[in-house]
Amino acid sequence: MGKWTRRAVLTTGVVAGGGLLVGVALRMGHRAPKLAPLVTGADETLVNAWVKLGADNATTVIVPHSEMGQGAQTALMQMLADEMDADWDTTTFMEAPAFDEYANYAMGKGFILGDAPIPSVLVPTVDGLFFQITKSMHLQVTGGSASIRTTGVYGMRIAGSAARQMLLSAAASAWQVPVGELATSHSYITHEASNRRAPYSEFAAAAAEMTPPATPKLKPMKDFQLMGKSVPRRDIPAKVDGTAQFAMDVSLPDMVYATIQRAPVFGGKLKSVDASAASSQPGVLEVVSLDNAVAVVAQGYWQARQALAKVSPQWDTQGLDKVSSESIFAQFEGDLDAGTERKSDLAAGDVAGAFAAADQVVTADYRVPYLAHACMEPVNATAWVHDGICEIWVGCQNPLGFKHAVAEALSLDVEDVTLHNHFMGGGFGRKASPDWVIQAAQLADKVRRPVQLVWSREEDMRQDNYRPAIQSRFRAALNAQGKPIAWENSYVDKHEPAEAPLIPYAIAAQDIGHVSSPTHVPFGPWRSVDHSQHGFFTESFIDEVAAASDADPFELRLELLSGKPRHQAVLKLAAEQAEWGTPLPKGRGRGIALQESFGSLVAQVVEVTVVDGNVSVDRVVAAVDAGFAVSPDGLTAQIESGIVYGLTAALYGEITIDDGAAVQSNFHDYQALRMNEAPTIETHIINSGVAWGGAGEPGTPGIAPALANAVFNATGTRVRQLPLKNYDLRYRVEEQDEVG
Amino acid sequence: MTTFTVNGTQQVVEVDPATPLLWVLREQLQLTGTKFGCGMAQCGACTIHINGQPVRACVTPLASAQGQDVTTIEGLGSVANNPHPLQQAWIDEQVPQCGYCQSGQIMSAAALLAKNPEPTDADIDTAMAGNICRCGTYGRIRKAIKRAAGQAVVQNFDPSLEVQHG
Repeated sequence: MGKWTRRAVLTTGVVAGGGLLVGVALRMGHRAPKLAPLVTGADETLVNAWVKLGADNATTVIVPHSEMGQGAQTALMQMLADEMDADWDTTTFMEAPAFDEYANYAMGKGFILGDAPIPSVLVPTVDGLFFQITKSMHLQVTGGSASIRTTGVYGMRIAGSAARQMLLSAAASAWQVPVGELATSHSYITHEASNRRAPYSEFAAAAAEMTPPATPKLKPMKDFQLMGKSVPRRDIPAKVDGTAQFAMDVSLPDMVYATIQRAPVFGGKLKSVDASAASSQPGVLEVVSLDNAVAVVAQGYWQARQALAKVSPQWDTQGLDKVSSESIFAQFEGDLDAGTERKSDLAAGDVAGAFAAADQVVTADYRVPYLAHACMEPVNATAWVHDGICEIWVGCQNPLGFKHAVAEALSLDVEDVTLHNHFMGGGFGRKASPDWVIQAAQLADKVRRPVQLVWSREEDMRQDNYRPAIQSRFRAALNAQGKPIAWENSYVDKHEPAEAPLIPYAIAAQDIGHVSSPTHVPFGPWRSVDHSQHGFFTESFIDEVAAASDADPFELRLELLSGKPRHQAVLKLAAEQAEWGTPLPKGRGRGIALQESFGSLVAQVVEVTVVDGNVSVDRVVAAVDAGFAVSPDGLTAQIESGIVYGLTAALYGEITIDDGAAVQSNFHDYQALRMNEAPTIETHIINSGVAWGGAGEPGTPGIAPALANAVFNATGTRVRQLPLKNYDLRYRVEEQDEVG
Repeated sequence: MTTFTVNGTQQVVEVDPATPLLWVLREQLQLTGTKFGCGMAQCGACTIHINGQPVRACVTPLASAQGQDVTTIEGLGSVANNPHPLQQAWIDEQVPQCGYCQSGQIMSAAALLAKNPEPTDADIDTAMAGNICRCGTYGRIRKAIKRAAGQAVVQNFDPSLEVQHG
């Protein structure tokens, strides 16, 4: 199975492009006339690709990101409206439609150059390969904690500033005054000397005729009016009275319902089906066989679900029905022992020499299991094939990519697929892969009427693209003073981001690398991707290094971060706020962790109480430096969310594999953290002013190690395998085989 | 044929009486604010009230609603027109993220406040433990319930939130 290249490109592309891409968002010339028919209604003018003005002077921001709970749409509006000096109360947003012309300019093909060839001036700055790849990928992705730090920084701010500049030019021309004498505020332009004042809308048509400026001037931070303020999210009111429209809320005339079972053994195929019992069930319209799945189409979901249980599918398991979690970890162990196809992530200093000279060597093996995403909304989509076209209603993280996937599956031209994107009831990476929407399209193609495909929770849990299980092996060399002088780490299966296994600590000799150990279990990005595993591994093992030399884990980290003031600042802030170092009663413990991911730094201190082996997580104190918090409350909400998501996984999360298939099926055996178990979370923000970072994922990686380190502090048991529920903490666990 | 009252309006439906009420509300009555999450009363996304009591509609057969008084999130109040104090508190505390579980959360909270206008933290834990939120909005839900109950709360959402400039 390959890597999820689409996302890999997305994140590496951000690195490759970096600051060079500033100003490019609008550089492809005068595109508004081509885009206008896609997004404007009567009495609306598209000023540039990302903003339109109504005759009533209302501003609409066109946002190329979907909403799965992260609140990015409001934050992106803030960024554009601030640069444009638009009136916030009359500014709204629409999600960019899934057309190639609205591919995510700030992250993909459109961002770099649209359909235009690469201007010669930019050729040296653009990675040619990256350009070719993104061009073919139809990127309109929400993921990688990238909305604000790419689309916002390189797209929305520039588009807002450009729009303001275009409107000013139009006003200067209409009023025959120098642009420099004009001022803007709340969607109005004023000329003080002549006492004139007019709304933006008056100049919208003239502005739309202009070619956007290539490098509009951005506001310095001190002039921000909206950025940096916690404005209420615009999507929230509809989410408290049942009016928010998720994909499953779609209802079409003549619509029928379907549910499906894919081959339980991953990679299996459908051999045969006995549809007779199911077909005679009330309300059943059709039993549909697909290559690797069987579905029932009925008048209602419940009827389809009842009937599906009566279908007796025979599966070809492709010989994969003997694989288990045990066999997978045995394979990992073997590949780590053998160093199978080991590739280096980082090699620095004289590692062998350091181990030869070591006063003490610390070793440990860590393991984490497969994880499901378990979005609250099971995956679902509605499809309708009619008149040579296919319409899709779905909530997904990549509308344009999904549209192309459907076109390919049904052998349609992409222009003949229309995709209506909806709010997602959770995404977390699951809703970036189009497997289920292809199923919906295939069913609709067979039954020729609108079909709403809804997966059962059991199907959602057992047919996920899982967070990969990983084993990671460590060795550290300590000198006579107890200081680490070498760090050696090998783990199975690298995905992305590439830097996830790297540590920020000043250890002179380092050898970090990965071995190959593929399995048949489908995988995909899961909130914070490889950071979710490596954050736990590295931040736990550095704690082991501290314990081996009787060093305070906070003080040791601080010392090894000398020369990294931002890292030190977040670590110190979390420790101070959590009263690090003050004594705790017996049975209680504190743990600390630091993780840099997606451009943001997060330090966390966790406090636990362990009574009779039962762990309660009392308090989490987080310090975050995301460069600049566009919406401090929004950033706080995302850190809280990332922590609870990661804490659920650390305490309970485990998909086990038996007979080649996933065992867990619903929330009774794949537990989620509940209200009565949720810790108090305090988030402290540092605006360091460096390049802006992400918010949706950086809260997740640090919680598992901070928790495990707190459990060690409270009990003396070192947690090297997740989830924590597999540990019997009534006694001190020494060996790995005591777990589970 | 099952006859029952939904949000004050009498409804008559001809559906297999064993069908879970969730699907009747969503498919026959187009009341889609009540959500499908698990199908086995584990997550609370489908929480509604029958005669004021919170129940999980995904495991409640239509037959048991015969002659009863059902309230869904749509009947609790609407933001545009007379929101329930909990709905307003949910906005004030900026609770929802993806929002999918929030109908059920609010319905559980409304049942709690109806019988216990001044719940303690332990009361809130007990009443809300059946509702999962994968976005992890539990802290804000707790604050919103207390706000709606008129208790002093530390305001979480504060436009002038102080941030440290480093």
